[in-house]
Amino acid sequence: MKYIKPLISEIPWNYNWNYSAMSLLDRQSEGRQSGEQERYLQANNREFNSLFGYPNNSIKTSKYNALNFLPMNLFEQFQRLANAYFLILLFLQLIPQISSLAWYTTVIPLMVVLSITAVKDGIDDMKRHKNDNQVNNRSVLVLMNGRIVTDKWMNIQVGDIIKLENNQLVTADILLLSSSEPYSLTYIETAELDGETNLKVKQAISVTSDMEDNLKLLSAFDGPDTKLMQNGGKSAFKRTQIDHLMNVLVLWIFLFLCGMCFILAIGHYIWENKKGYYFRDFLPWKEYVSSSVVSSVLIFWSYFIILNTMVPISLYVSVEIIRLGNSFYINWDRKMFYELKNTPAQARTTTLNEELGQVKYVFSDKTGTLTRNIMTFSKCSINGKFYGDVYDKNRQKVEISEKTEKVDFSYNRLADPKFSFYDKTLVEAVKKGDRWVHLFFVSLSLCHTVIPEEKVEGELVYQAQSPDEGALVTAARNFGFVFRSRTSETIMIVEMGETRIYKLLAILDFNNVRKRMSVIVRTPENRVMLFCKGADTILCQLLHPSCRSLRDVTMEHLDDFASDGLRTLMVAYRELDNAFFQDWSRKHSEAFLSLEDRENKISIVYEEIEKDLMLLGATAIEDKLQDGVPETIITLSQAKIKIWVLTGDKQETAVNIAYACNIFDDEMDGMFIVEGEDNETVWQELRSAREKMKPQSLLESDPIDDYLTAKPRIPFKIPEEVPSGNYGLVINGYSLAHALEGNLELELLQTACMCKGVICCRMTPLQKAQVVELVKRYKKVVTLAIGDGANDVSMIKAAHIGVGISGQEGMQAMLNSDFAFSQFCYLQRLLFVHGRWSYNRMCKFLSYFFYKNFAFTLVHFWYAFYSGFSAQTVYDTWFITFYNLVYTSLPVLGLSLFDQDVNETWSLRFPELYEPGQHNLYFNKKEFVKCLVHGIYSSLVLFFIPMGTIHNSVRTDGKEISDYQSFSTIVQTSLLCVVTMQIALETTYWTMISHIFTWGSLGFYFCILFFLYSDGLCLMFPNVFQLLGVARNTLDWPQMWLSVVLSMVLCMLPVIGYHFLKPLFWPVSVDKVIDRIHHCMSHPLPPRIRTRLKHAGSRRSAYAFSHKQGFGALITSGKTLKAKFPKKNSFPFKK
Amino acid sequence: MTWSATARGAHQPDNTAFTQQRLPAWQPLLSASIALPLFFCAGLAFIGLGLGLYYSSNGIKELEYDYTGDLGTSNCSVCAAAGQGRAPPPRCSCAWYFSLPELFQGPVYLYYELTNFYQNYRRYGVSRDDEQLSGLPSALRHPANECAPYQLSAAGLPIAPCGAIANSLFNDSFSLWHQRRAGGPYVEVPLDRTGIAWWTDYHVKFRNPPLVNGSLALAFQGTAPPPNWHRPVYELSTDPNNTGFINQDFVVWMRTAALPTFRKLYARIRQGNYSAGLPRGAYRVNITYNYPVRAFGGHKRIIFSSISWMGGKNPFLGIAYLVVGSLCILMGFVMLVVYIRYQDQNDEDEE
Repeated sequence: MKYIKPLISEIPWNYNWNYSAMSLLDRQSEGRQSGEQERYLQANNREFNSLFGYPNNSIKTSKYNALNFLPMNLFEQFQRLANAYFLILLFLQLIPQISSLAWYTTVIPLMVVLSITAVKDGIDDMKRHKNDNQVNNRSVLVLMNGRIVTDKWMNIQVGDIIKLENNQLVTADILLLSSSEPYSLTYIETAELDGETNLKVKQAISVTSDMEDNLKLLSAFDGPDTKLMQNGGKSAFKRTQIDHLMNVLVLWIFLFLCGMCFILAIGHYIWENKKGYYFRDFLPWKEYVSSSVVSSVLIFWSYFIILNTMVPISLYVSVEIIRLGNSFYINWDRKMFYELKNTPAQARTTTLNEELGQVKYVFSDKTGTLTRNIMTFSKCSINGKFYGDVYDKNRQKVEISEKTEKVDFSYNRLADPKFSFYDKTLVEAVKKGDRWVHLFFVSLSLCHTVIPEEKVEGELVYQAQSPDEGALVTAARNFGFVFRSRTSETIMIVEMGETRIYKLLAILDFNNVRKRMSVIVRTPENRVMLFCKGADTILCQLLHPSCRSLRDVTMEHLDDFASDGLRTLMVAYRELDNAFFQDWSRKHSEAFLSLEDRENKISIVYEEIEKDLMLLGATAIEDKLQDGVPETIITLSQAKIKIWVLTGDKQETAVNIAYACNIFDDEMDGMFIVEGEDNETVWQELRSAREKMKPQSLLESDPIDDYLTAKPRIPFKIPEEVPSGNYGLVINGYSLAHALEGNLELELLQTACMCKGVICCRMTPLQKAQVVELVKRYKKVVTLAIGDGANDVSMIKAAHIGVGISGQEGMQAMLNSDFAFSQFCYLQRLLFVHGRWSYNRMCKFLSYFFYKNFAFTLVHFWYAFYSGFSAQTVYDTWFITFYNLVYTSLPVLGLSLFDQDVNETWSLRFPELYEPGQHNLYFNKKEFVKCLVHGIYSSLVLFFIPMGTIHNSVRTDGKEISDYQSFSTIVQTSLLCVVTMQIALETTYWTMISHIFTWGSLGFYFCILFFLYSDGLCLMFPNVFQLLGVARNTLDWPQMWLSVVLSMVLCMLPVIGYHFLKPLFWPVSVDKVIDRIHHCMSHPLPPRIRTRLKHAGSRRSAYAFSHKQGFGALITSGKTLKAKFPKKNSFPFKK
Repeated sequence: MTWSATARGAHQPDNTAFTQQRLPAWQPLLSASIALPLFFCAGLAFIGLGLGLYYSSNGIKELEYDYTGDLGTSNCSVCAAAGQGRAPPPRCSCAWYFSLPELFQGPVYLYYELTNFYQNYRRYGVSRDDEQLSGLPSALRHPANECAPYQLSAAGLPIAPCGAIANSLFNDSFSLWHQRRAGGPYVEVPLDRTGIAWWTDYHVKFRNPPLVNGSLALAFQGTAPPPNWHRPVYELSTDPNNTGFINQDFVVWMRTAALPTFRKLYARIRQGNYSAGLPRGAYRVNITYNYPVRAFGGHKRIIFSSISWMGGKNPFLGIAYLVVGSLCILMGFVMLVVYIRYQDQNDEDEE
């Protein structure tokens, strides 16, 4: 964050001041700003400002232009290890002494891979160019030579004075000079900066504020220097576990490859000594080969080239394509499209898909994520009478739904049409003129810091700092107590059609300690009244003893509200003696003006007057849950996903919501609350919680102690422990600060991970990220953070997967997320359908991909023993070129884009199916070794069966067919048939496209085979295409087909047997579920019973009020009050 | 990104089977009722096929003789000893006598077999110029670099055909003599030396360079034969359709073998009295012993073989099919047993 502090050195008379803009301490910009502490500029003096060489305001986020695209992109691509590896390989191939393969076997795949990536990068960059142009070419009014002219934003320079109008976008860091609004206020929206859509108030500094009517701003930081550009794009690139595993495996393969080359080089050495040496009559050694040692060194590299296909060149690009495809499915999913907001789900990162199928921990924000952040006034208790429930004729309580008849507010022309209320008795009471009800609503319409806005006569819009306040004022408005406008000294209320002006004497604003706010007003009848609203726990103690019985009744009602999960507030008033108030007012002013310990003095003064209150009643505001939240959470828990709620809200609120959405339930064996205020207490609390959950876990030799004593500290994983029951943990932000320190963090983690649900409240954004990091670091499981607000950004960035809810609080969370959608309940679809499929597909893809390359490459190894270890390839060079690229790419892509083991209904119905992903069962090092063994076996079959077949073989016309080229053709045909059959076995979901890809690729192979071996092509380039006529001669030989069938059967037999016997011998829980699904598939399903989840119980909730301070100070300050105030048409200025 | 500005539903994804991942699909299941019969059927089919292959391969007669001439093994050992360590070896002849008690059912093919000869060695295999062999005049004058060190002769002339493969052309020759009655004269059995190469090789792949003044010799003028050869390539045969690059012995040799032990067709016996096979009687094969193989431990064999409906003698496929078929059935039984036991266990669990 950058602050610009103007230092006035001249009288502001002709718009010509010197400014020194100071950039205050800011972590993120510190690096860049090294050195620049102050910025000198002269308003509207371009010549002067140009001396400092500030950049202009054009924004450039694109990386390439037409000229540098190719070199830059290639340079970037070759920085990737895999590409660099193949480049090195290419250079190796160009050395004639060791070149065992034609150069094009590497060049063609490499070019294809590079160009696919280049095209993708190019498209991305085109989009950025378009965005840049759009932003740069927005027009703005700028003061030039005394006249206001229209210019483009990109031409704005530091020091220019610009004029903005309502609802204009701002693309520079600017200093507010003045505005047309009262007090030189502006309302800005910073959605693109911090994601918050609520309007923020900015005020011009007093010296410039009365300059002129229109909004004037001074451009201070431009273009690449702006806060947004400085902070943007620095988020770390996320990689999935599979990515890491893949890198490890590629390294393994590489070592395996080197090992094989070494063995073959030794073999070559022996062969050259025993045979090659004597064979020199027919095949002399090359002049540079002086001994068999030299020869074997060269052969090492030759085999390195031949066996390079072990490290699959197209692996990374295929993985990218698959992830991209699976991301599109998320974008396309209509069941994750939120119609009301017209928002489809968005996969903003396309590289994390399969990790969605492995999530073990979900960290959720509360407000806006689990709840809608829409507060509605739903119930109240006035003078001991309960309002809000609806009863039918039989005095039975009616469940409120869409169909329930709403209360008619048509008598009130200023009512908010969106407000709905169902209990008619309250309206009747208002109409009857019940004194208490009236006073209750008057207090609601007076006691707040809401700022009204009336763009069109009669259409009021309230700007509230907390949604609770907005809800209360709106409720009062609808019942006929309309808060119409306010000045710094008056509040205008339309009470049942009659306009009354209250004189505002004082606002005793809300803060976290006081948990209440009061206003003191002088009524038109010249009575001084104090209205107070606040948390019941606090207010109870401030009540006048005379209202004890009323208090008891009200408390009962509050219990009822709380059990429904409502947010409650108590409302009270006090009539003040004029003299007493004058006395207090004087003390108040003194306290206000005191320089030392001001806050404390003020609060003491406040306490003096906020006592002996008369209770009016209580309000209940419903913090509406998002649709389907409890159901989603139940489903997530069934999949053994642990849900932690990390919220900035208070403990009571958070716990209440936790019950409401089934993170906690009444069947739980216990709930631990950690609220210690020092290390020792926190430690005690955590230990005792653990002792209760699993006493033996404290007795066992503690792995953590071992870990802590072990030096150096190796990466460590906390084992999963099963507690003796279901427990919940609630931890306070303050205690968490201690718990996250040093050795306590492991204690915390161990305890927390044994609990079914964890609620962390009063968290700062940083703590949210710390908690996520903690779990990430020691549990080695996949974490997902979901949130909607700017305060969730840090945890969204910290978690493996960040999900943004594009909802109430703006775009910031969404802009930093990897996946975004607008309803929490879409999470289950994201994880159980898309995530699971993506994971399964990716695992199948990897297993198959490694397998097919092993089977392909290792045949060379076996052939070495029969070809003098001479780096002779088994296959035709063109087959090697096309194998990964053409023949086998589509089937495996088809598999990894279309395969479904069970459809989405079953995926959602049986969350247990999700568990293998969490434990990474489908692809891990063990599975990889299986692929390797399978590949070795297949390669053995693929070599020895054709070898046996062609050994001394002749055709029916007596001509021999045991030549090298026929052998190649037989082996490669068998190989393709085998890998195609293998993928056919893996495929469980045969769409038309799968059929086309799988069988089409095989057919395509034969077409290419005939083409490459055709007379015309081979005669045109005899040295490039050498296998003239081989296809014809080999493919019409029946033994060849017998051999292919034999290889296929031999390769398939063990696989089928394994697939068949595995669930019988080594059953995993998933197998049973799948069995059940298959059973169910043949039988119709009973309809799923959906019960509305409602929790019962008696818990207190005493809160409401946001934790932000209200507008109180601003309203009462009145320092820069303008004469034209009040003003009807006050438009907010929107950024 | 502002969604609100657009009409409701404008961003709704398309409702197609593809985007919603609802493409109609066939979902096969590997259940016991499919897997077990599959194993048994495949097993039976394989055993049946294997038996057929095995018997038809066994029905093929082969007569082979190792004439390498390792010490004392045959009368070719004289030649072998004479050629020891001398390059080029002197011309030498030897013979193999054999007698057939009954008719050797035809058609009979004569093969030679080399062992321990690595025609599949990479450097050997690439040492050729297919452009030259396809009759391209430019390539004739400028053989490919792969041919080195048999690219240019000592005199600097381009070698035609160039390369190690051509240079090492097998140059032993055989003739077959038949003695119908004991003590009678030996009659030469006509050997058909044509039609021994692949049709595509002989007719398409290998081409002589264009004749100069109607003469093949002139076409090859300015080239040198490979150092091991005694005569230039255009004198390989007197038959104009069997000389030069399209000499069938040469074409057969140039199709390099996949394995270090290989057979190559030398001649077909199908003319005159011998079209039905070799009648009984005594035979003599005259062998011109030129080709040195003992240096690298190689062996030379001569083989007479008949042909069945499925080609030459190769018991491998038949045996392999029998083995795999039996394996299938064995595994089928194992799976059946396991499956039944598992079913019982499952039933118990459910009870």
